[in-house]
Amino acid sequence: MSIEIKGVNKRFGDFVALEDIDVSLPTGQLTALLGPSGGGKSTLLRIIAGLERADTGTVNIEGVDATRMSPRKRNVGFVFQHYAVFKHMTVAKNVAFGLEIRRRSKAEVNARVDELLELVHLSQFADRLPSQLSGGQRQRMALARALAVQPKVLLLDEPFGALDAKVRKELREWLRRLHDEVPVTTVFVTHDQEEAMEVADEIVVINDGRIEQVGTPDTLYDEPANDFVMGFLGEVTRLGDVRLRPHDVEIGLSPDLAGSTSADVLRLIRIGFEVRVVAGTEAGQEVSVVTTRAHARALDLAEGQRVWLTPSVDAATAPAAKSLLAG
Amino acid sequence: MVELGAPAKWAARLLALAYVFLLVGWPVITLAQHTFADGWSSFAETFSDPDVTHALAVTVEISIYAVLINTVFGIGMGVLLVRYEFPGKRLLSALIDLPMSVSPVVIGLALMLVYSGRYGWFGPTLEANGLVVIFNSPGMVMATCFVALPLVVREVVPVLEEVGDDQEQAARSLGANAVQVLRRITLPAIKWAVVYGVVLTLARSLGEFGALKIVSGNLTGQTQTAPLVVEQKYTNFAQNDAYAVSFVLVLISVLCILVVSLLRPKESHS
Repeated sequence: MSIEIKGVNKRFGDFVALEDIDVSLPTGQLTALLGPSGGGKSTLLRIIAGLERADTGTVNIEGVDATRMSPRKRNVGFVFQHYAVFKHMTVAKNVAFGLEIRRRSKAEVNARVDELLELVHLSQFADRLPSQLSGGQRQRMALARALAVQPKVLLLDEPFGALDAKVRKELREWLRRLHDEVPVTTVFVTHDQEEAMEVADEIVVINDGRIEQVGTPDTLYDEPANDFVMGFLGEVTRLGDVRLRPHDVEIGLSPDLAGSTSADVLRLIRIGFEVRVVAGTEAGQEVSVVTTRAHARALDLAEGQRVWLTPSVDAATAPAAKSLLAG
Repeated sequence: MVELGAPAKWAARLLALAYVFLLVGWPVITLAQHTFADGWSSFAETFSDPDVTHALAVTVEISIYAVLINTVFGIGMGVLLVRYEFPGKRLLSALIDLPMSVSPVVIGLALMLVYSGRYGWFGPTLEANGLVVIFNSPGMVMATCFVALPLVVREVVPVLEEVGDDQEQAARSLGANAVQVLRRITLPAIKWAVVYGVVLTLARSLGEFGALKIVSGNLTGQTQTAPLVVEQKYTNFAQNDAYAVSFVLVLISVLCILVVSLLRPKESHS
């Protein structure tokens, strides 16, 4: 295990940012810390980097106790949400910074900088100032700068948060490929569940300063440990006493299936290939259902129609009792 | 921005110009006229007086020390005020602004009370150990530092706040120690603010009068500075000398302002 965090607590005044955090982040993998804003995930990342100090608990990086180590001795690469580029240095100088601090020979620095700029596709921008780059390019430069010192761990704090949707999507695919090429242990913070599921090998869900669940994207989606994880990782609706994903509700025109509930179609929204149906049961419950366009056509769905709803057999469900997020 | 009609625009410009001209332009021009009323020779004659050249040399020397000290102090204080939290921070910030609101004469008197060899709180001890502060250059440098105290700090603080500490954190995570962060990241980021603060400090130090009059003892040929010479010559009816020295002081200030305005456009490039 690469990063071991034990019994970490952190308060800012009266605000409890992290409470009794115990987690192991595996070597060589891409792990996402996922959760809503203010949940403590960035604080945890900054504690791993040494930019913040835990009130209690220990941080162990690659078998070395780093709890009291200063950030400059931890050998971690850190990438900030707003890039934190060195504005007065060229792209090449930015990337070279960590190596020059380590007093590497000029030839070695140049070779490594060339190699890294190649890796992040910025070779032709080596002599430009960061202000002449786009947001996505700046973030790739920041990544190259962090990788230059061959860190044991790469930490990214909402790395794509300040970018527009299209660039964000490109960059996360690129990060995934980069990680496959350069398999350094990587931890990144995000509040975007789609980003976490697409990029990460493993996801740690953090909310209100506590870890809700740790697991692969599939585990989290299919077997959420609690209501919060289920609600945060995807849409949730309610059918009777059961909470489940809208695409796990089967819709039919006759009560063939056991346990089906009758309802009337209230609204129909077609978005590309999928159709969203809102149906009202006799008990007054509004159920969201997502189905394919082909299925909706086959049933010839229309508003006001009587339908029967059934939870699909392999649906991920959670009891609705404590729910705050009923859809 | 408020849109003004053409006549109003011209009226506003005229008013601003007239205000600056009457307050600054005209007096300075008149001063130059009087300086060279008798031609170049009387100007040259003034500066053949060794007491006058000595006073100018003292002013320059004291100013250079004050600028050096206040630059180091100003950058340090700026970093402390912006990057660190500590009890008494607001009080410190207020104290730094104090010299702006207190009359320099009062500052001179206050320094006198503490450091005078005869009745100061601290002065006798220092003098017993061979350090004469009052009526001597250390006291004059202190007085000048005091009056020019806020100039570098107040230039540096807003820039440090605007830059934020992201770059410094990034540098630390890349292995830089405190000195390397300061030298490679913080100083380049606030470079122009420091230059501007230094020029302002220099201009302020060269012109200091009130505090120095008290602290220096105004000893001709020894601790007398250029502004003190101006006053002395003027009250002794040697107006020509007073004008000539004043003109040189104005000239240096104008040069300072020129240097800054030449440097400023570059700021937007970096």
